[in-house]
Amino acid sequence: MTTSEPGNRAIWKGRAWDFMEQAGMLVVLAGLVIYCALSVEHFASWQNLGSVLLAVSTVGMVSCTMLFCLASGSFDLSVGTLLPCAGIVAGLVMGKLDTWGWFPRLAAGIGAGLGFGALVGFINGFVVAKCKINPLITTLATMQLVRGFGLVISNSTSVTAFDPHFTVLGLGAFPVVHAADGGLLFQMTVPVWVCLGCFLFFGLLLQWTTFGRDTLAVGGNEEAARLAGVPVDRVKIIIFTMQGVVTAIAGILLFARNQAVQQNSSQGFELQVIAACVLGGVSLTGGIGRMSFVIAGVFIMGVVENAMALKHVEDSYRYVVSGGILLAAVLFDRLKQRAS
Amino acid sequence: MGEELLRFEGVEKVFPGVRALGGVSFGVKGGEVHALLGENGAGKSTLLKILSGVYRPDGGRLLVQGQARRFGTTVEALAAGVAVIYQELHLVPQLSVAENLFLGHLPTAAGVIRRGELYARAAEQLRVVGETIPPGTPVGRLPIGQRQMIEIAKALTRGARVLAFDEPTSSLSAREIGKLFEVIRELRRQGAAILYVTHRMEEVFALCDSGTVLRDGRHVATYESLRGVTQEQIVKAMVGREIADVYGRREGRGAADGQEQLRPAALEAIGIEGKGLRAAADVRVGSGEIVGVFGLVGAGRSELLKLIYGGERKRAGRVKVDGQEVSISAPRGGIRAGIVLCPEDRKKEGIIPMGSVMENINLSARRRGAIGGVGIRPGWERQNAAQRVRELGVRTPTLRQQIRNLSGGNQQKVILGRWLSERVRVMLLDEPTRGIDVGAKSDIYNILYRLAESGVGVLFVSSDLPEVLGVADRVVVMREGRISGEFLRAEATPERVMAAALPVKEEAAVEGGSAV
Ligand SMILES: Nc1ncnc2c1ncn2[C@@H]1O[C@H](COP(=O)(O)OP(=O)(O)OP(=O)(O)O)[C@@H](O)[C@H]1O
Ligand SMILES: [Mg+2]
Repeated sequence: MTTSEPGNRAIWKGRAWDFMEQAGMLVVLAGLVIYCALSVEHFASWQNLGSVLLAVSTVGMVSCTMLFCLASGSFDLSVGTLLPCAGIVAGLVMGKLDTWGWFPRLAAGIGAGLGFGALVGFINGFVVAKCKINPLITTLATMQLVRGFGLVISNSTSVTAFDPHFTVLGLGAFPVVHAADGGLLFQMTVPVWVCLGCFLFFGLLLQWTTFGRDTLAVGGNEEAARLAGVPVDRVKIIIFTMQGVVTAIAGILLFARNQAVQQNSSQGFELQVIAACVLGGVSLTGGIGRMSFVIAGVFIMGVVENAMALKHVEDSYRYVVSGGILLAAVLFDRLKQRAS
Repeated sequence: MGEELLRFEGVEKVFPGVRALGGVSFGVKGGEVHALLGENGAGKSTLLKILSGVYRPDGGRLLVQGQARRFGTTVEALAAGVAVIYQELHLVPQLSVAENLFLGHLPTAAGVIRRGELYARAAEQLRVVGETIPPGTPVGRLPIGQRQMIEIAKALTRGARVLAFDEPTSSLSAREIGKLFEVIRELRRQGAAILYVTHRMEEVFALCDSGTVLRDGRHVATYESLRGVTQEQIVKAMVGREIADVYGRREGRGAADGQEQLRPAALEAIGIEGKGLRAAADVRVGSGEIVGVFGLVGAGRSELLKLIYGGERKRAGRVKVDGQEVSISAPRGGIRAGIVLCPEDRKKEGIIPMGSVMENINLSARRRGAIGGVGIRPGWERQNAAQRVRELGVRTPTLRQQIRNLSGGNQQKVILGRWLSERVRVMLLDEPTRGIDVGAKSDIYNILYRLAESGVGVLFVSSDLPEVLGVADRVVVMREGRISGEFLRAEATPERVMAAALPVKEEAAVEGGSAV
C-alpha cells in the first residue's frame, strides 16, 4: 500500500484516538492526582491515601459487577437498597442466634446476607433473561421490594452489631503503619483488600475467560451472540446473581465497619456506582467495557470527593461538581464515538 | 444528455490502517445513470458517504453543478441538492409517511402543523414515485420496497438533482425492483444525475448508461458509454482477474446427479413444525451434497433453517445428524451436533459490530480452545483467527480491526470463518451472497464446494435463481410456508423451479374452502 502525506496524518490521528480509547481515563486520573497533590493541602500524604482507598471501597466492589451488567447491555438499580438490606438480614440473623457460639452465629448471619443478595440477583436475572422484561423496570421494582422488605424486618430502625469477631471484617487492617509520634499513618482495612481483590478477580474474569467474552458479545449484539451459540440467558442470570452477591458482601462489610445499618442509608448509591462506570468509559449501550475503565472511574470520583472534603467544600456544592464531571464524561464519550 | 452535475476530483479517504479511496476522479451528467462498481471494500460506500457529508475527504475535491463543495453534514448536502439513499433507510418508523417526507420543514401555521396541506403535498410527492399509500400510514408498517420509495420521494421534496443509491435492490422483491427502475428512469428523463451502486451485473446493463470501476480504493476505469462493453470486461476490471464462470461448477458433478439420495445422509430433518411453517417439512441433505432452497420472500425458508438449527423453538419434528438423532433446543445444541447457521441479516444476526475480527471468529470455537473450556488462550485464538483469515482471504488490515469497518463480503467470510473453526457436519446458510461482489461470491462458492468435498452437507437458502441453479446439486422449493417441490440438478429448469415457487391462486382457494 502506498502512503502519502495526508494519509499518514489520518492514520496517526486514528492511533491517537485508539490510545485515548484504551487508556484515556487513566491518563485523566493521573493528571487529576498530580494536580491535587500540587494544589490541595494534605492530599499527598499516606494518611490521605488510606482514607481515599477506604472511601472508594464500597462503590469499587459493586462497580466490578456493575461493569458486567452494563457490558452485557443491562442495568441494575437494585444495588442501592440491597446494600443496607443485606447488612440488616445478616445483623438480624446474628441477633436471633445469640445462644450459638460466635463462629456458627457469624457464619449463619453472613450466609443469610449473602444468600439474600444472591436471591435478589437471581430474581433480577431470571426476570430479565427469561421473561424479557426491561432491566430498568425489573430492577426498579426489586429496588422498591427490597427497600420495603428491609424496612419491615428492621422495624424501620437501625440494626447494630458489636461482636468484635464480626466488626473485625470492617475494621481489621493490615498493614498498619504508625507515624513517629505514635499516630496512625497508613492502614489497609479488610474492605480495601476485598475491593482490590474484586478488581483483580473480575478484571481477569472479563478479559481472560469465555464467560467474560460472552458478556461483551451479548452486550454487543444479543441476537448474533445467541445464534452463535452463546448461552445468553445463562450469562445474564449469572451476571445479576454475581451482582447481588457482591453487593451483599459490600453491604455486610460496610455494616461491620459502621457497627450499625439502617435501610434508608446509602441513598443514591446505585447512581454513584453507575456514574463511576460510565465516567471510566463503560458504554451504557453495552458491548464495551474494561476493568481499567472502572478503576479509573471509581478513583476519579473518589479523588474529587476527597479533594473537596479537604478543601471544606460544602456538601451541596459537591453534588454540583460530581454531576458536572459525569456530564462532561458522557459528552466526551459522545465525542469519541463521533470521531470513530 | 445535460451538463455535468457532479464531479469527483482525486478524492482520497484514509481510515486507520486502510486507504479506502486513493484518488478517484469521474463525473456524472444530468440525465445519466452512472454505475459505480467494484468488489466489496472497493470504497463505493465511502465515496457516497463523502458525497453526502457523512465523511470528509482527506484529499481531492467534490464539484456539484460546477462548484467545489465540502459538506459537513447530510443536511448541508441535501440543501445543495445532493441526496444519497442508503441501504439502511433513515426514516422514523413511528411517524407517518407524510411527516417523514416533510420532516424538518413541516408546513405550519403559527407553530401548528397544517395537516390538510401536509397530506395533500405528501400525496402529490408520492405520486411522483408512483405510490398511492395513504399519507397518514406509519412508516413502520410498510414493506421495505415502499419505504425506499418514500426515501426517494423525501429526497425529491428537497429538490435533489443529484441522487446516489447504495445497493438499493438487495432486499427488494422482483416486482419492487421493477418499480424502482421505472422511478429511476423517470428521474433520468427529468435530468437528474444518478449514481448507482450495485453488485448485480444484470442491473448494470438494464439501467445504467455509463459506469466507473473501483478496486481497492483506486480508480480503475470509467466507461463513458456501456454500449459495447461486456460483462466479462467489467468483472475483470473489478476483480483484476478473469472469472470464467462465477459458479465454477465442480468437475463431474453433473454425472453424480440422481445418486445423491444414495449418499449417507448428513442431515435428516423429519416433520419439522414451528412458527413460519404451515405444514410439517422434511429435508434430507446427503453427506457432500449441496442443497439449495429457493422461494419467494416470506415462503418460510429462513424459518425452516432456524428451526433445524435451534435458533427458534420447534413445535414438532426430529433432527438426525449422520444418522444419529440429536436433541436441539438452542443454537448451542445445534453447534454441538455439528450443525451451524450463517444467518440472513449479517448486521442484526451475524456480527458483533464493535468486536474485532478475531473476536467475531472465535465467538463460538473459543470454548474448544480455552483451558477447561473457560480460560482464554490468546495464542490459540490469534492463531485460529489468523488461519481463517488466510484461508478465506478476508481483507482486513489487522485481526484487531472492528468488524463493522469491513465490507459486507469480508464480514460474511468472517462468519464463515467462525464456523470453519468448529467441527461442522451440516452447514446452513441463509442468503450467503446477498450484497456480495462477484469475486467474493465465487470465493464463497468455492468454500462451499470444498466443504462438500470433505463430506459436509450444505443447505443454503437463496432468492437468486441463477445462483441456486448454478450451485446446488438438488433444489428444494418452498411456497407459503411449505415445501412445494424438489428437483435434481438435471431436472431443475428455471421455469419448473419458478412455477413451484409462485403462489397458485386455485390452490389457495381450495385451501380456503377446506378450512371453512
Ligand atoms: N469507518 C471505517 N473505519 C475503518 N475502515 C473503514 C471504515 N469504513 C470503511 N472502511 C474500510 O474502507 C474500505 C472501503 O469500504 P466501503 O464500505 O466503502 O466498501 P464498498 O465498496 O462499499 O464495499 P461493499 O460492496 O461491501 O459495500 C474497506 O476496506 C473498509 O474496510
Ligand atoms: Mg458498500
